[in-house]
This record gives sequence, C-alpha cells and structure tokens, in this order.
Amino acid sequence: MDLYEHQARELFAEHGILVPRAEITDSSKEAREIARRLGGRVVVKAQVKSGGRGKAGGVRVAADPAAAELTARQILGMDIKGHTVGTVMLAQPVDIEAEFYVSYVLDRAAGTFLAIASAEGGTEIEEVAAARPEAVARIPVDPAEGVTTATAARIAAAAGLPPQTVDVLVRLWNVLTREDAVLVEVNPLVRTAQGRILALDGKVTLDDNARFRRERWGAQEATHDDPLEAEAAAKGLNYVKLEGEVGIIGNGAGLVMSTLDVVAGCGARPANFLDIGGGASARTMADGLNVILSDPSVRSVFVNVFGGITACDAVADGIVSALDSVRLTKPLVVRLDGNNAARGRAVLDARAHPLIQQVPTMDGAARRAAELATNAT
Amino acid sequence: MAIYLTKESKVLVQGMTGAEGMKHTRRMLAAGTNVVGGVNPRKAGRTVDFDDRAVPVFGSVADGRARTGADVTVLFVPPAFVKAAVVEAADAGIPLAVVITEGIPVHDSVAFHAYARRRGTRVIGPNCPGLITPGESNAGIIPADITKPGRIGLVSKSGTLTYQLMYELRDIGFSTCVGIGGDPVVGTSHIDCLGAFQDDPETDLIVLIGEIGGDAEERAAAYIRDHVTKPVVAYIAGFTAPEGRTMGHAGAIVSGSSGTARAKKEALEAVGVRVGSTPTETARLVTERLARRE
Repeated sequence: MDLYEHQARELFAEHGILVPRAEITDSSKEAREIARRLGGRVVVKAQVKSGGRGKAGGVRVAADPAAAELTARQILGMDIKGHTVGTVMLAQPVDIEAEFYVSYVLDRAAGTFLAIASAEGGTEIEEVAAARPEAVARIPVDPAEGVTTATAARIAAAAGLPPQTVDVLVRLWNVLTREDAVLVEVNPLVRTAQGRILALDGKVTLDDNARFRRERWGAQEATHDDPLEAEAAAKGLNYVKLEGEVGIIGNGAGLVMSTLDVVAGCGARPANFLDIGGGASARTMADGLNVILSDPSVRSVFVNVFGGITACDAVADGIVSALDSVRLTKPLVVRLDGNNAARGRAVLDARAHPLIQQVPTMDGAARRAAELATNAT
Repeated sequence: MAIYLTKESKVLVQGMTGAEGMKHTRRMLAAGTNVVGGVNPRKAGRTVDFDDRAVPVFGSVADGRARTGADVTVLFVPPAFVKAAVVEAADAGIPLAVVITEGIPVHDSVAFHAYARRRGTRVIGPNCPGLITPGESNAGIIPADITKPGRIGLVSKSGTLTYQLMYELRDIGFSTCVGIGGDPVVGTSHIDCLGAFQDDPETDLIVLIGEIGGDAEERAAAYIRDHVTKPVVAYIAGFTAPEGRTMGHAGAIVSGSSGTARAKKEALEAVGVRVGSTPTETARLVTERLARRE
C-alpha cells in the first residue's frame, strides 16, 4: 500500500529525519488559519497517491494566508491522473541550496534491497537516471548487516552526497525495516541555506503481507475506491475491477490472469479479475458470483476452474447455491477441469438452468463468453 | 533422473499437524512421497496415522534429520513463523526447503533467503505449489494424478497454470514440474531450473511459464541464449493486466514500463523460444516441437 505524502513525512519525523513544518486540511478556510500559523507564506500540496503532482498544478506557493485559502480551494477537488484531491498539505517554504535523491527499493533479482542515491535530486531524477546513469549510485544492502553508518558513508560517497546525509541514510533504512516498507524514497532531500538536511517530499510503500504486525494504517487500507472492490475484500476475495463486459472468475492468480488474456484474444474485454483462490468452498464461489453479477457492466460471466486443491463439485455447488440469493440475468459459461470435474459437471447438468452452459475447453469457453457479451449489446 | 526431487528423497513436513499440513501430507503419501516425519515441538514423540502409514513427529528439524536422514523439508507454517522455520531447516543442514505458505512479509523472505543461501540450503518458494517428479515423489500441493512420468521439464511462477499445462500435456509426461512461486523474491529462479533441466539427461524439452512483474523472464531469456541447447516453449500470463494493480500474486504487478507481458514475450522470442498465446496453444507448440525431433 502506498502512503500519502503527509503519512510518509510523519514516519520520517518519528524516525528522526527532519521535515519542514506542515499541516493538512480538507477545508480552504482552515488552510488560511494554517498558513497564518506557519508564518504566512506556504507551499500548498495536493495529497494524492500519484506522481506528477507538480506538473498537474497540484503543488503551488501561496504568498499569504488569503492566497493560501484561494489556492487550497483551487487544488481541493482537482483530478490528478484519476485521483480526486481530498486533502491538501500546507508546508513552510525552505531556502534550498542543493537537492539530492535517496531511496531504498526491493531488488527482486538479487533478493535484497538496493540503495539508490544521486547528488542531482528533484523532479528530473528519472531523466538524469536515463541520460546519465553514472550520476545515480546503486548499492546493494546486505540484509543481515543492514545500513550501518559505514554502509551509509559508502552510499553517500558513491553518489557524491555531503557527509551530513549519512545520518539520514541510516534513519531512512530504519523506516524501511521497522515499518515493513518495500519502498522508501526522499525526493528531494535538500540542504538548506542554513546547512540543515531536510526531507522535502517522500514516498513510502508498505508491504501488504506485513499487515498482521503493522496495524497502524489499517482503517485506511480497508477503503477502496470501488464499492465492489470493498465488498469483495470484505469477503476475502481477490478482486480487481476492470473496464470490460465479460465477468471472470477462476481459481489461482495465474489461471485468472491467463483467462483475462484468452477472453481479450477473442475480441471481448474482461470486466474484472476475480480469484477464488485454492481450495475454495461453495460459499466462496457463491460470494464471488454475487460480486460479479452486481456489476452492471457485466454482460456474460466466464467461470474457469482447473481443480487442483479446489474441488470442481464444490465450485458447482457454489454456483447452484448462488442462484438462491441472486436472480441470474446474464449468461454463465462454465469450464470445469481437474479435481472432481465429472461430479461438478453433473451437478450443473442436473440444475439445468437455461442461462448456464458448460464448455469443455478453456479456449472454447472463452470464445463462447466473448460472443455472448458482444451479442448482448 | 529428475531435478531436485526423486523417489529417494526423504521428506520432512514442518507444520504437518496443522489442517493444511495434514491434508497435503496425506496427498503426498498417496503420490508415493517418502514422508519420513513431521516437525512440531509440542507434539514431539507422537506419531500421526495416515491411512496405512504412521508418521513420527519430531521436536525439531535437526532431530528429524538426525534420525531419518531427511534431505527435503516442506513448510506449511503460518506466515509469521516461516522465517524462523526456514532458519531452523538451514541450521539443520537440510539441502532443500519448499515453502508453500503465502502472504509472507518480504523483509522476512529477504532475510531467510540470504540466510539459507549462506548455509547452502536451496529454497523453493515461498507462495508456491512445490515440485513433483511424477511417479516418484511430490513435495507440496501439486495434484499428482493429472499427469505421468515423461521427458518434459516445467518451471512456473503460477500454481494453477502449472496444473493446466501438466494436464494438457499428460499424454507426454514430465520429468519434474517446479512451481517457483509468485512472490517478488523467491529462492529458486527460472534460471536455476533451466540450468538443472539442461543438465538432466532425462529432460528433452523445457516449458517455462511466466507472468507480469519484475524481469525474471527477460533474465531467463538471456540465460537460454547463452546456456540452454534444449528446446524451450513458454507461456506468459497478464497481457491485459492494467498498470499499478496487483493481480493476485504479490509480485504480479506492472510498474511503469517494466514487468509487462509483452516485454517478456518479446525477450523470449528474440532468443528463439516459441511463446504460446493461450495455455492450449502452448501445449500444442510443445507437441509439435517434440514430434519434429523424432
């Protein structure tokens, strides 16, 4: 899960990394009060989980409290790459003398974390990395050792950062490990005219798998933009809403991804990704079907199950029991193979619902579901 | 022969007495796996009856290894305890640890992979279905009865796609099928398995299944170009996955321009690997390729 900038800076501050004074609000009136408290002149920053805020007009300087109110009113409610701005952060401006870039990211290939640092921070860091890769230092961190003062000194030296940043590099590593983050980034890390090192902006991505031991942002994580995604998550289903018209349910992430592709190859668009997981019960199947059928853009549904741990008869029972709670108004194409497939097929045959049809192969079933969705228009 | 797992392999199950452990130990035994014991400190000294087999429970991996000569361990341990369990297996000198558990924090994975590597323990997974050498041994949760022994080697990030391809190619059969797992950091890579299959005299052709996220398939392509002379047929899932959304597996996410299915397919095709557009077409490419050899 990505954190908002203001949450990231909260973590930085707790771990002893200096940040500018700032407050957040969702009201432009309050923005005026905050600006007054912070000394009048402030930077107003949209709080959205998206890059490119500056270029989109979501980061602006306001000269006084009245301007802060006006600017906040303009930024609140703005759309930045599909994200609506609900809160703004007002921060004290800083006299910047130099801008740097530092981050720790997961290096999948090496199976460890990588420190990335550059003496040329700021909004153009991607361009710097592409044009002059030698200006960006990339140093693997031994997970057993972590980032000690000595390691941090090596990173700073390799990137050409001033010695005062060594302490920040160690503290940022502590944010990564103690908060179970998979990415921490400070851009820019600045040196002020007074010689202090400050994190002006930052990004933190937390590991969803570590939720069980990091409940701090729990309430936040439960909020989903899409109501169906929220409902599916509440039922423990792995569901992603997409833009198409063929609803897709399957077992196992790989098979469901593959099903999406095969349906798209037949000229239709998948409406969603829904993985009922391994060993799914009839209840899980019924829940999944209910979620998909409540999506108004769905015109046909493709249930694609290869029973391994999952038993096909449990899946068929789930489909049949779902018919008690939802009225099936859309055609359902079902392909069952593997564990208990014969019994599963027999259960559906016995129910003989006019809108349910079975197709024995994955490719054939995908073609049928695509046809049904296209003809429904 | 086969890679990593044969009928001689002696298998311990960490977490055998839990619900998942019990269910899958029974299935492994039915598939012919030589399960020599379970591990649970609170139930040491007892035995668990699986139909006609009584399997002893040991208090530690070290004890189980000392008494049985176990050389493989399969872990059905809850996410919070996996790190300690892998460290225990590595300390006991077990050469192969298969981690089925999903949902492990990545900092834990990074730590136990580094530890196991240093101790010389190969880890397969986490978040994987394990591996099977059909007709000989099954370490994990792959259904054993959907295929038979043969001469195809299979390495895959996805469990269900592994099953799908095993089933489609059931008449030809497999030397070993390895599910390496869908997490961002896994212990055994496509490359490790490609190298092992290349060296295995009983493998004629290799099937590689990949999915979006990371660049493991691109690295596998470079390895194939330089080291693999056996034919490789591939399948990649996730062409329709949108950027920035995790598609089920923790590692299956397209971020920016990297990790796309298209890039992976192109990298593999550039080194002469045939890439199927559906699992069924992939199976057909395998059949054609093998027919051409005869």
